[in-house]
Amino acid sequence: MSQVGCVVTHWIVGNEQDKGIPNTQSKNRIRNHMRRYSAFAIVREGARYHTGWERAWKSPAPKKRYDAIIVGAGGHGLATAYYLGKNHGIKNVAILEKGWLGGGNTGRNTTIIRSNYLQDPSAAIYDKARSLYETMSQDLNYNVMFSPRGVMMLAQTEHEIRGYERTAHANALQGVATEFISPQRVKELVPIINIHGPRYPVLGALWQPRGGTARHDAVAWGYARACSDMGMDIIQQCEVTGVRRDGDKVIGVDTTKGAIDCDKLGVVVAGHSGVLADMAGFRLPIESVALQALVSEPIKPCMDVVVMANTVHGYMSQSDKGEMVIGGGADGYNNYTQRGSFHHIEETVRALVETFPMISRLKMLRQWGGIVDMTGDRSPIISKTPVENMFINCGWGTGGFKAIPGSGYAMAELMAKGVSPLADEFTMWRFGEGKFIDESVAAGVAH
Amino acid sequence: MLLLECPYCGAKCEETELSPGGEAHIKRYGPGSSDEDFEAYLFMRENPKGVHFERWRHVYGCGKWFHAARCTQSLEVFGTYAAQTFEPPQEIKDKISGKRPGWSWRDFS
Repeated sequence: MSQVGCVVTHWIVGNEQDKGIPNTQSKNRIRNHMRRYSAFAIVREGARYHTGWERAWKSPAPKKRYDAIIVGAGGHGLATAYYLGKNHGIKNVAILEKGWLGGGNTGRNTTIIRSNYLQDPSAAIYDKARSLYETMSQDLNYNVMFSPRGVMMLAQTEHEIRGYERTAHANALQGVATEFISPQRVKELVPIINIHGPRYPVLGALWQPRGGTARHDAVAWGYARACSDMGMDIIQQCEVTGVRRDGDKVIGVDTTKGAIDCDKLGVVVAGHSGVLADMAGFRLPIESVALQALVSEPIKPCMDVVVMANTVHGYMSQSDKGEMVIGGGADGYNNYTQRGSFHHIEETVRALVETFPMISRLKMLRQWGGIVDMTGDRSPIISKTPVENMFINCGWGTGGFKAIPGSGYAMAELMAKGVSPLADEFTMWRFGEGKFIDESVAAGVAH
Repeated sequence: MLLLECPYCGAKCEETELSPGGEAHIKRYGPGSSDEDFEAYLFMRENPKGVHFERWRHVYGCGKWFHAARCTQSLEVFGTYAAQTFEPPQEIKDKISGKRPGWSWRDFS
């Protein structure tokens, strides 16, 4: 070994209290607190051949009882648990996941983050989420690769121009920074776009400069690591099979790993919300359908903004790996299979090829689907339920990823305090009261 | 890709020839009904993971509405039947019982 190697060895010994303990033990030792990730940590671990990295979260066996159980370890569920601990001091929490962490829609979306919604309650929660994304990497000490590269929604009919101008005015009043831009500006921002049609020429766009993308898996992993660090139990491969009640009150859940008691139950399971509601004995205004996305083979950087084209049902961005990430329309019928119909891909790609002629020669690399939970007004439900101490966060439909931090923030507040200003309008009873938060017109399919 | 047989014209259609029409056998509650019934009629849905009954329209064919019995978990189609009925025919129910013993959907089983 060179002299440098010797120095490094000494440095490790000098800095660690593990002297004399065999290496395997020191690796498996469970710490009370996670080691922070930093440039310094990379140097430190590099110097000892990366043998010292810890697991990002623990995998404990379930305890008998928790103050709160969150069902669903996707982005929304983990964010809920995180803010329960961080904002409300409730840390005796279990997060139950039937599959693996972040393996549902959190790992299946097109990673778009924006908050240019028409209705005030939507703009409030989505912009809360977007603002939390801005500092998420620092807050979680986990690089979620938030990239505020700008999101544009193309106006390709006269009606869309009017709709987006209205949204831009509404956003100005809500304090959300958007503007309506000209076709020339669109072409400047996206040189590969064809703005001349022929079927649907680009007539302008709603532009949100601080919208963008983030690494979707990292969002779930970052929250999971922070939750585990607070002492919460993330229990994977643990499917909830029943909701136990004492009269009208929830007292726990039955799972494939046994019965677990809880004071409060938060159900954050997206496509399977109806299944969980059925276990608890109530119905939801929700239908689950498959939504698909696909990526092309990787190519050199050609588009550094996110483009959504709602008239033709397609949206596209370029990932850091160079793949063109493409999302399209949802199926029209109920489905739990995490794959969708072929013809939606054809429709989406056909429309995008017309708008971006250069992608016509790209090969599709892979395609996947997720089960999205759609409500009648295309807005989410963050609500108490007919069962006391049971709360539900669902109905994010085709647009949940962008909302993860705001959704968790509101859901945690609702579970801890029984009321949350951000969630007030999103009750499951708004349908009966006729108080819709009607975004299906404003946002269209690419929600 | 779903393949459904239109019970009227007998055409075996793939789904681009059809238009999905949502949950089947929903009873309409109109004026004079309770708020709960009206809300349930408009918004509440079964959304099962398994046996489901739906309405479809043979939109690029004979144009008629019909019913389909389908599994939302496996996409298996148990059968299609005419729209002019308040419940699935016994023959369809028997077929589902053969493949999914113990199934139930609303009041049907």
